[in-house]
Order: sequence, then C-alpha cells, then structure tokens
Amino acid sequence: MDLDATTLARVQFAFTIGFHILFPTLTIGLGVFLVGVEALWLKTKKPVYFRLYRLWAKIFALGFGMGVVSGIVLSYQFGTNFSRFSEITGPVLGPLLSYEVLTAFFVEAGFIGVMLFGWKKVGPRLHFLATCLVAIGTLNSAFWILAANSWMQTPQGAALIGGRFVPEDWWAIVFNPSFPYRLAHMVLASFLTVSFVVAGTSAWYLLKRRHEEIARRGFSLGLGAAAILAPLQIFAGDLHGLQVRETQPMKVAAMEALWTTTRGAPFVIFAIPDAAAERNRFEIAIPFAGSLILTHSLSGEVKGLKEAKPGDRPPVIWVFTTFRLMVGIGFFMLAVALFGIWQRWRKRFYTSRLLMRLAVACVPLGFVAVIAGWMTAEIGRQPWTVYGLLRTADSVSPVPAAAVATTLVLFIVVYIFLFGAFLYFVDRLIKKGPDEAELPPHAPEAMHGARPALVVESGPTSEKAR
Amino acid sequence: MDLALISAAVIALGVLVYIVLDGFDLGIGVLFAVAPDADARATMMNSIAPVWDGNETWLILGGAVLFAAFPLAYAVALPALYIPLMLMLFALIFRGVSFELRFKAANPRPWDFAFAIGSTVAAFMQGAMLGGLVAGIKVEHNAFAGGPFDWLTPLAVAAGLGVVAGYALLGACWLVLKTEGHLQARARVWGRWLVAAVLAAMGVVSLITPLDHPQVAARWFSGLNFVYLAPVPLAALAVAFLVWRGLGQGWERTPFFLAALLFLLGYAGIAISLWPHIVPYALTIWAAAAPPSSQVFTLAGVAVSLPMIAIYTIYAYRVFRGKVGAEGYHAH
Repeated sequence: MDLDATTLARVQFAFTIGFHILFPTLTIGLGVFLVGVEALWLKTKKPVYFRLYRLWAKIFALGFGMGVVSGIVLSYQFGTNFSRFSEITGPVLGPLLSYEVLTAFFVEAGFIGVMLFGWKKVGPRLHFLATCLVAIGTLNSAFWILAANSWMQTPQGAALIGGRFVPEDWWAIVFNPSFPYRLAHMVLASFLTVSFVVAGTSAWYLLKRRHEEIARRGFSLGLGAAAILAPLQIFAGDLHGLQVRETQPMKVAAMEALWTTTRGAPFVIFAIPDAAAERNRFEIAIPFAGSLILTHSLSGEVKGLKEAKPGDRPPVIWVFTTFRLMVGIGFFMLAVALFGIWQRWRKRFYTSRLLMRLAVACVPLGFVAVIAGWMTAEIGRQPWTVYGLLRTADSVSPVPAAAVATTLVLFIVVYIFLFGAFLYFVDRLIKKGPDEAELPPHAPEAMHGARPALVVESGPTSEKAR
Repeated sequence: MDLALISAAVIALGVLVYIVLDGFDLGIGVLFAVAPDADARATMMNSIAPVWDGNETWLILGGAVLFAAFPLAYAVALPALYIPLMLMLFALIFRGVSFELRFKAANPRPWDFAFAIGSTVAAFMQGAMLGGLVAGIKVEHNAFAGGPFDWLTPLAVAAGLGVVAGYALLGACWLVLKTEGHLQARARVWGRWLVAAVLAAMGVVSLITPLDHPQVAARWFSGLNFVYLAPVPLAALAVAFLVWRGLGQGWERTPFFLAALLFLLGYAGIAISLWPHIVPYALTIWAAAAPPSSQVFTLAGVAVSLPMIAIYTIYAYRVFRGKVGAEGYHAH
C-alpha cells in the first residue's frame, strides 16, 4: 500500500470512526432496551426489571462514555484530516452536524446524569422521562449522522458553485434518496446487535446457573426481539440494495464482484477478485441468483465494473468481502432466532444448552456486521467522498504525512488500550452481575441503602457498590 | 441582516459557555495533582460527575457550528493547529474515561493520574491553540500554508499556562461552592494563588500581542481607543481583586461567578484584539462565512434549541445542587 498523506488520512479516519461506531451501536439499542425495561418496572413493580435496568444502565454508561470521547475526536477530524472536503462540503454537512449536537448530544448529556445518578434525586416518572430522552437523543444522533453520510452517498439539493456546495433545498438534502433506507438499516442493526448482547449475556448466566431470574427474563426478551428484528433487518437490507443499484451502480458491482454488465447475473458465493485482470479467480456462483436478489427478476440487468474507468472503481475485494461477511452474519442471526422460536415451541427454551451457546457466540457478531457493513458502504463509495462530485484525493488536508502517521500510531495504541479497558470493565460488571441485595428506590428501606464511603485507597473493602 | 455576525456571536457564546463550564471541571482535574487524599479526590470527582458530559458538549457545538457557518475557517485553522488539537483530543479521551473507570477499578489511582494529566494537558493545549490563533496563521490561496509547529510560540506557552491556571481557579471556586470543611479551606488557599497566576499570564499575553502585531496595538492605542477600551483591563483587575478578597473572606458562591466574569473580560480583550478576524490575521468572518442558506438553517436550529438546552441544563444542575461528599452518586 502506498502510504501517502491521503492514504494515511483515510486509514486514520476509518480507524477512529470504526472504533467510534461500536459504541453508538451499543447505546442506540441499549437506550431503547432500558426504556422498555423501566416501563415494565413501573408497570409491574417486579424487582427483576429494576435489576435488569441497573445492570444494563452500568454497561450503557461505559459505552456512552467511550462514545463521547471517541466522538469528540471525529467532530474535529473532518477539519484536521480532510480540510479541503470540509471547506467544500461544510455548508451542507456543518448544519446537519450542528443539528446533531443540538438535538442529540445536548439532550443525552443533559439527562444521562439524572438517568444514572438521579434515582434518589427525582421521582419515578421524571426518571423514566430522563431515560426516554436519553434514548431519543441516541436516535436523533443516528438520524442526523445518517442524513449527512447518506448525502455523501446520494447528494442532492445543493449546487457546486465557486468551489463549494451551496444548499438550495434542505428537505432534499436531509431526505436524500438513500437516507430512509440507510437510517432504518443502521437503527435495526443496533437493535439486533443489542438483542443478542442481552440474550447472549443472559445465556451465559443461565449456563453458569447464576442470577437465573433476570437471566431468564433477559434471554427471553433478547431472543424474542431478535426473532422480529432479524427478518425485518434482512427485508430492510434488501430494499436498501435495490436502491443502491439505482444510485450507486459501481458500489453494487463491487459488492457482487461483477465485471461485465449482465442480464441474469449470478450470485457469487466465493471468489478472489483480480482488479488488474478484471476478472474473478476461484469463483463459485449460483446462476441468475444475483439478478434475482438485486432486481427481483431472473433476467434483470446488473451493471458491471467495466462500465467505469479503472480509476473510478472502488477497491473490489474489500467491498465484496465485507458485504458477504455482513450478510452471512445477518442470516446466521436469523437462524439462531428461528431456532429460539422452535425451542420455545418445544418448551425447551430455558433448557437447550445449544441455544444458549449459540446466543453467547452471537454477542460480538452484531458489531462485526456493523463494521463490515460500514466498510461496504464507505469503501464502495470510493474514489469519491461526495459520490460523483468530489474525489477523495481532492479532499485531504495540507498536513505532512509524518504528522498524520504519528497521530495514527497514537490513535491505534490509545484505542487498543481503551478497548481493552472497556472490555475488562464490561467483563467485570457482567461477572459481578446484578446486585441482588439492592432495593428498588422509592421504598422507605431504600433511603437507608447507601453503602459506606467510596473506597479509601485499595484493599479488600475497595469493591465499589456502583 | 448580517448573518456572519450573528453566527460569529453564536460561536463566541458557545465557546464562552464552554470555557466557564468545562473550565471548572477541567480545573478540578488540574487540582487533582494537589488533592490531599483519596477522600478529597472522591469528593472532587463527585462534584462534577453528573454534569461534565453536558459541559463538554459545548466544545462539540463550537466545532460543529464553526464547520457549518465558517467552513473555510474550520478548514484553515484546524490543519494549522493539528498537533495541539490532536494532543487535546487524546487528553480529553483519557480524562473522559477516567470518570467511569475510576469508580469501577479496584485501584482508582492510575485513573486518577490519567484524569489529572489529561485535564491539565487538555487545558494547556486549549490555551496554546488560542495563543497560536492570536499569533496569527499563515494562509495562502485559502489554505494553511505554514508548518506543523508554527503554533508553538512563547505566546502560546504563556496562554497555555494561563488557561491551566484559569481553569484551576474556576475549579477551586467551584469546590468552594460545592464542598465544605477541610477541602473547602484548601480550595480557598489554592484559589488565591491562582488569581495571581492568572493575572500574570493575562499580563504577559497583553504585552506580547500588541508588541508582535501592530494592528493589535493600533486597535488598543490609536486615537481615543484606549480611553474607550480601558474599562476592560481595569474591570479585570478589579474583579481579580474581588475574587482574591472573597476567597479570603469566606464567600461561598460569589467567587465562582466572579472568576467566570474574569474569564469573560479576558475573552472580551482577545475579541477586541482580533476583531473581525476569525482566522487571525488572514480571514475575516465575512470572508470565511458559509452561504446564507447554510447559516439561516443552522441559526434556526440554534434559536429553537438553545433556550431549551439552557432550561434543561439549569434543571440538571439544580437536581444535583448543594454540597457533595466523598460518598457519591456512584455509591448507591
């Protein structure tokens, strides 16, 4: 790989944004899950829901903190790494990101304190309102960031005048052709990922015969949600694919590693695309299936990569591979969810150790699929930052390659360390499990429930109650 | 209607709110280095844990509105300040995760260390970036044309140290407001030293800037300007004296607001020096402004959202009002 300033800036941005997206994926889904669990707690007054809330709120807090710190980096990295891009697209993307800050970040930050620390400071309704607002904040964030990114995929509503985009129709900019599909696809991805995070964690407790009450509830809620979400996500993904074929044909050609425009295109299961030779090696394909999937017709035409000049094609092997990884994980999740329904029907839902092991295995898969899907979307857009209008090579900053390389190495070191710390603490929180002795708030006993002071130096008494 | 002026005012307001709000919680981090014991550190952390995240959001607002309303300034200034900006971001990462992790770790000391260093480096880099801006940015053909270390000047170092001292002063006044007893008494002593340090830094920056930049000297000293502008430095001196005196006299709430006022005056001084440049001394706010359609759309969102944000931010502060102790929100 040619490590010039452009490549380094791209690798750095891909790395920092790829790291960041893991945490919103967790918190968008978990925020909605917490709303549901708190609603059930308020309605039924069953302590199991309160304990589920407390356990997952701690993990939400960790993920949220990681999301905030890795997100601040991004809000400045457009300017540091892609200053030409910033100058040209700022009039369109800047306002969208400003709306994200105003309607998402402030709402989340304003109420997360109440949500995490306010159980004894505010009444139950107000606390529930805080949880709802934090969840709405995470969804608003997805709305605006997907609007901005989708505009880069399918730009409209702005004219390129005097070296910058001048917005003409904000409705058209926000509701650009790919936006509704991509928003639905990402939000469902987050919900599905979190369904399996909750189901898999609960399954782990069930396998270890720990915290069985909340584990059964979490396992049932998680796999139940997955059984609805997995087919819905595949349906949304299919709709999105139809739309991408219309607006970004070269992305689809790369996803399918299709070199020549074909009617009745095959679906390539495995291949090693060879960009220099403009063909695939070791191809295994199902005849006509590609056209069936992409056009919903056996004889539908799918554009091939050779329609574009070699310099205007995305790097095929990346797009092809990551797309297959994402789709494969989606269907595997669907299979596990269906197996869950089958076991429920056979009254073996809480005893099937195979189902539990499968659920545990699915915990990281949603995150892998999200990264893979974003790689398909973003690498598939190349060589453009704004599809068809602004090239990536014309987007970067006049910053020396050495400076970008140095900060890239720093990011990698720091983020690996942070990720390790995050996993370590999530692992500890999960192993410790819900605090079964903790009393729900707004009961007289709860007022005396406070623990001794928070740690004075280390030692056996230093386990924090949080 | 001058849209660029309104957008500049919104950014200036956002940055000012950021400086005061994140200033005191970064300042708590700076003061972590001199905190007497683990109980004091827990109390200090508890005094900011529920609000720091909202405070830091104002920094993102500043970045986003700058990108929206003045994309050219965003595109020129950020590459120029690449190194201090990246170092600030790394520092903010470490201090940000420390909030959550110190309460979950078996031994909080490494995270306390990360929190103190991260806060101090972030504060210094913010000051250094301000110094780098005041010193001027080399621009050719609407792009940054200087080297990666252009920002590193004596002025940047002075401004960096000044911001560290200033944030620590805000942090000390916040502790006077939020704590009692032993820690509060310490905070009063810290605060009085820090007032002197802030004044010294302000003095150095006020000397270097007009000496280096004739246009800044002209702004302050030509004709009768000095007569009109003299109230700013004089008020700063008076406010600094009041903070110093109030900390010694047992005032509880006033020193914090006076310290914030001191920041406002310093901020006004810099604004007077740089006006109307958004990238000194190359781009004015009008030269860097986004098209009107971008500014109107952004400002509409700001006009609707900011009052609501103000209301619920004040509400969140009220929920957690009153003195805090070492046994905090994390220890349910």
